[in-house]
Formats: sequence, C-alpha cells, structure tokens
Amino acid sequence: MSVRQMEGARAVAETVAACRPQVVCAYPITPQTHIVEGLGALVKTGTLAPCEFVNVESEFAAMSVAIGASAAGARAYTATASQGLLFMTEALYNASGMGLPIVMTVANRAIGAPINIWNDHSDAMSQRDSGWIQLYAETNQEAMDLHPQAFRLAEELSVPVMVCMDGFVLTHAFEALEVPDQAAVDAFLPPFEPRQVLDPDAPLTIGAMVGPEAFTEVRYLAFHRQREALTRIPEIAGEFRAAFGRDSGGLLHTYRCEDATTVVLAMGSVLGTLKDAVDGLRDDGERIGVVGLTSFRPFPMDAVREALGAAERVIVLERAFSVGVGGIVSANVHMALAGLDQRYHTVIAGLGGRAITGRSLRAMLLDAIGGRLDPLVFLDLDRGLVDRELERVRGHRRSGPAAENILRDLGIVAGGPHR
Amino acid sequence: MSTAPATRKPNDYKSDLKPIWCPGCGDFGVLASLYRAFAQMNLDPVNTVVVSGIGCSSRLPGFVSTYGVHTLHGRALPVAMGVKLANPELTVVAVGGDGDGFAIGAGHFPHAARRNVDITYLVMDNEIYGLTKGQVSPTSLTDQKAPSTPWGNLETPLNTLGFAIASGATFVARGASFNTKTLTELIVQAVEHKGFSYIDAMSPCVMFNNHQEEWKELVTDVAPDHDSADKVAAFDLALKGGFKLGILYRELRPTLGDKYDALLERTPDSDAAAMLDAFSARKGVAIGKPVA
Ligand SMILES: Cc1ncc(C[n+]2csc(CCOP(=O)(O)OP(=O)(O)O)c2C)c(N)n1
Ligand code: SF4
Ligand SMILES: [Mg+2]
Repeated sequence: MSVRQMEGARAVAETVAACRPQVVCAYPITPQTHIVEGLGALVKTGTLAPCEFVNVESEFAAMSVAIGASAAGARAYTATASQGLLFMTEALYNASGMGLPIVMTVANRAIGAPINIWNDHSDAMSQRDSGWIQLYAETNQEAMDLHPQAFRLAEELSVPVMVCMDGFVLTHAFEALEVPDQAAVDAFLPPFEPRQVLDPDAPLTIGAMVGPEAFTEVRYLAFHRQREALTRIPEIAGEFRAAFGRDSGGLLHTYRCEDATTVVLAMGSVLGTLKDAVDGLRDDGERIGVVGLTSFRPFPMDAVREALGAAERVIVLERAFSVGVGGIVSANVHMALAGLDQRYHTVIAGLGGRAITGRSLRAMLLDAIGGRLDPLVFLDLDRGLVDRELERVRGHRRSGPAAENILRDLGIVAGGPHR
Repeated sequence: MSTAPATRKPNDYKSDLKPIWCPGCGDFGVLASLYRAFAQMNLDPVNTVVVSGIGCSSRLPGFVSTYGVHTLHGRALPVAMGVKLANPELTVVAVGGDGDGFAIGAGHFPHAARRNVDITYLVMDNEIYGLTKGQVSPTSLTDQKAPSTPWGNLETPLNTLGFAIASGATFVARGASFNTKTLTELIVQAVEHKGFSYIDAMSPCVMFNNHQEEWKELVTDVAPDHDSADKVAAFDLALKGGFKLGILYRELRPTLGDKYDALLERTPDSDAAAMLDAFSARKGVAIGKPVA
C-alpha cells in the first residue's frame, strides 16, 4: 500500500478499479466526472482490464446498462450525482427489485430548481426508499474503503449499494490517501458469483410480473435482505479492518460519547468540523459527543438507540430536508428513540454548498445546551432575505420567480426585484 | 401590452446579465444572430419565450430580455411545447446543446418534429459536452479523444439533419456561429415558418473542442438550385454531410395547434348523454342508468 497525495475522485476511481468491475457505464455530471474519467484513464492504460467502459446517453441509460450487465453476470459499476440520480429513479427501483448487486458512487449534490452544483444530501435522500443500501463516507479515505466493502455486501446479499460521498468537499479535495493494493483487494473481494444470471445453459427470465398474490412477499424479501445487511455491514467492516488496518465503514461511529448528555448525529464530511466543535466544547467542560452515521439504509435502529439512548439531548444535523416536514434523518432517529424522555432538535444545514462553519456549529450547540434551540432550525438562514421575498409575494400577484428575486435582492443579478 | 418601441434594435433584446461563456465561444455568435433576428422581426419581448435545457449553450435565455425558461437537462422541447400549446400567441424558441438535444433529451426530438408543433429549435452544436468539461457527445467524431474516451470515440456520430428530416420536421437548416449573417436569416425564416423548425448551428467550443478554423474552411452555402421542397434531395444533402449552410428542407403541413383547432370546431358541444348511449350500445351494457 502506498500513500499518495491525490484528489478524492481519482482515489475512488483507483480503488474502484482495484475491485475489478467488468462494466463501467456513466453519463457525466458535476461533481462525479473525475471519478468516471479516472476509471476511463485506467481502462486506457490497461490497469483496469478486462472492462467494458460505456459512455451512455443519460443516467437512465447508465443504470439500465448496469442492470443488463449485472443480469448477464458482470460486476457492474456506475457513478452519478444530483439530477442524474433522480433521472435514474425508475431504473434504481428496477435494479433493487430484481436484486442486482450493482455498486454506484453518488457524489452528493443539491437538486434543482434552483439549479445548484454544490454539495448537500438531497439527491441520495430522495432515493432512500429505492431499496438500495446507502453508505455515507466521512472522509475520502473512507469513501475509498467503502467500495470494496460495498461490492462484498452487494454480491453476498444480491442488493445494490450506493456509496455516498460529499461532492467537491470530498471529490475535489487533494490529500494524502492510501489506495489499497490489488492483491489485498483480490483477497478481500472474491470474483463475482451471481445469485441469478442470464446463462444460455439454464435459460430464465428476470423481471416477472407479480400480482397481489405475492407482491408483498417479494417486497418483504427486499426488506429482509436489508435487515441481513445490518449484521453483515459491521462484520465486513471488521474483516476490512483486519485486512487493511483501517476503521472504515460499519453502521455508525461514536466520538467522545461516553458520559455525554448532548449527542449530535450527522452523516458525511461535516463530521470533521463537528468533531472540532465538540472538542472545543469538551475543553470548556461540556459533556457532548458525536455519532457519525455510515449506514443510512438499512437504518440501524438498535445501534442508534444504543448510541443515543443515554443522552438527555439529541441533535440531528442534516444536509437535506423533507419540505413540509423537516428532517429526514431525524425522523428515522426519532423512530429509533421512541418512548425515551429526551429533547430532540433537527438542524438543517449546508444546503446547496453553504459552508457549515465551526463557529456556527459552536453557537448552535451552545444554544442547544442552554435550552435556547428550537426543535427545527435552518442553520445560518438569512431571515431578512426570506421576509423581503414573502413581502413581495404578498404585495404582488405576479411577484415573479423567487430564486431570481432573491439573487436581485442580494445584488448578484443587476436590476431591482421583479415588480 | 408592451410599451416598448415599435422598432427594436438588437441591443433591445440584451438582458442585464452578461454572458459568462469563455472568450471566443461560438455561442456568442449564435446569441448575436438571435438578437439580430429578433430585431429584424421586431418581436415583442413580452410575447416571446426562449426555453432551454442545461449546458453552456442552455444558459442563453438568461442573456435575452424576452421571457425565458431554463429547464432540466434534455427537457427544452417538451417545456417549449407546453408553452406553445397553452398560449399559441407566443413565439417560442427552444435552444440548447448537442448533448441536451441529442443525448439525454433525444427522445423528445422526433415527437416534437412529427407533431409539427409550431416552435423553433436552435441547437448550438459543438460536438462536445462543454459544461461538464469536454466529454464526447452524440455528434462527436469517431476516434475523437476526450476525457471520457482517452482511447478515441468508438461511436458513429448522429446525423442530426437527417434525423430531423426523418422525424418529420417541416423546416431543417444548418447555420454557423461564425457566419452570423446567414444564421440571422435562418433564424428569421425558422421563426416565421409555421411548424416545427430545426436549425443546427455549428458553434465551436473553443475550450474543449476547437474546430473553429477548420469549420470556417469547410463551410459552403447550400447550392442555389437545391429544391428545399424535395425531401429526397434534402435527405441526400443531409446524408452527404459536409458543411452546407442554408435551408435543406421546408414543407407546409398543418401544425399540432391547427389540428386541435380543427378538432374543437368539429365537436362544438359534446353531448355527454349521447356519448354514454353510444358507449353503452357498443358494450351492450347500460352504464349508470336503468335499462328500459
Ligand atoms: C440529468 C443530468 N445529467 C447530467 C447533467 C450534467 N450536464 C449538464 S450539461 C451537460 C452536457 C452539456 O452538453 P451540451 O448539451 O452539448 O451543451 P454545451 O455545454 O456543449 O453547450 C451535462 C452532461 C445534468 N445537468 N443533468
Ligand atoms: S466550455 Fe466551450 S461551450 Fe462552454 S462556454 Fe467555454 S467555449 Fe463555450
Ligand atoms: Mg455541446
């Protein structure tokens, strides 16, 4: 194993290549492009062989090609983000419903409108019920390490797996990373042995129509497989640790949670800043800790209850939200904590690439500890900007598009707000 | 109602947003031609809508002072169709790139064409995905090297002009960003054409696929004796490829809007009871009323 200074996307490409996918198909979308281009370069040099690299005409085609390839017995891989993930939706359900062990990297990015290329988790969150396993990486090293684990998990259980890594924050960051070497990955990840395959010697059809007589049972089996994953995810992470010496993956990680009365749960790269903020508060004598959730699907109810059950105050910090409700991750956390006497806060932060600063986190956490934090908070929301637009909407039936009005208000676009 | 001057200048169609394209991008020439064509037709900005998908080229509506809709990657045509059918009074121009129109959005193209919706579709064809930094598109040349095809493109480029004619487009033309005079004229004719008009505007991406000088050398005009009403001749021209600027094909056929209007005239007031009777008779069962 060698440690090199490299871009996260490139490092993921090299790690995926070490997993020997036989079909890679993708359509470009920022911030995923460097991963796929990295794989293309490795196919060109012959480092990744045999491998069919397919430039398709859309994400819908990418997932459909992956479905065909996987059904024909190939280890299939793709990557996407944002709008691309949404455009795949129908095929995502198809892949999981048919139990095809495709692995996909999602370079997490916001969803439009308004169009925005920066990071948040709205894309992957929108597919939380698609039947795909979803693992969220905290660091680039973890994003890399999750891929061999994802292929293992997918192929053992015959379930597709999404590895989610924060767009730009991780994909475009350069740092010292350790790409697992080929022999070690080969020892960890055996060749793909499909559970179902289109084999001319044993002809069968995949994708049968199922009516009310058995639909529930077939869907229940998908649920069952994800429940099995709850056991296998930590076991595979344990094997990975034994082979590679790194603590990547698993269901969740706790940080300074012993004796903590306040615990913050989050997913992805924000955990780094969050841990810094918590270190600062610990220095000030606060009893506070962090839970980093890696596996969002399946959702580890028991592990979450164990990690957070003893806290007096639970804060879920998330980079997406369900319009009309509030938190998404927090709704799941609440289910895990049902019946406990605790205070809950949902903090929506970092939408569309807004930086989640250590200072904002510290202020928010102090508010929580001091009992001043609302149950639902949008971190660093510019209330004045919102109020002025609401005022315009009240004053004019044709108040114009909100996004453009806000940009004009901020002076980013010339001219006054629409009248 | 507009209070704008009766005779507008190209500059009147400029919005307060400055184009953010790379210096030298072909799309500047297309935009300039569009401003001039709009001015030549004296289009009322409040009755004009420019619709786009996503891409460098799809940023264009923001730079025009008419109404604009910046939609999703690949969805310019169906949105433009919705605008036109809901308000046939509007002049609707859909714009975008070769990727937007012929990769992710290609499924919409033959349907807009064969329906003959009265809109104009202006594609800025740079034979590359510009916005995502230079991957091959469906119009890229075979063997072309790009970040997505370091070994060279294995695919055959789509003949967009042939595709348009085969799909039933009633106006098919090719222009170029570096020949704004012809392109302006083509846009005027396309917008004035009643039906689905398609213009393939060669518009080099100077950043990732710079064919500018080469294309300038290669273009010639469609021969003056070309009969644009002759579909076979138009196909022949399209299939031969090359760089012929001008109108390849033009046909007058009722638009989808015309057909809806005719349909409404044929059935002024529908008689629900009569329809139910007819339906019941056909099924041999009375529905919702006692059998006499
Ligand atoms: C569903 C979806 N997939 C991918 C993208 C990323 N993307 C944006 S523009 C583009 C291609 C642009 O190429 P083209 O349409 O030819 O426009 P150009 O930039 O060359 O003008 C891609 C792949 C997206 N925005 N949405
Ligand atoms: S990248 Fe290419 S298409 Fe995009 S603005 Fe620059 S030159 Fe034009
Ligand atoms: Mg293009």
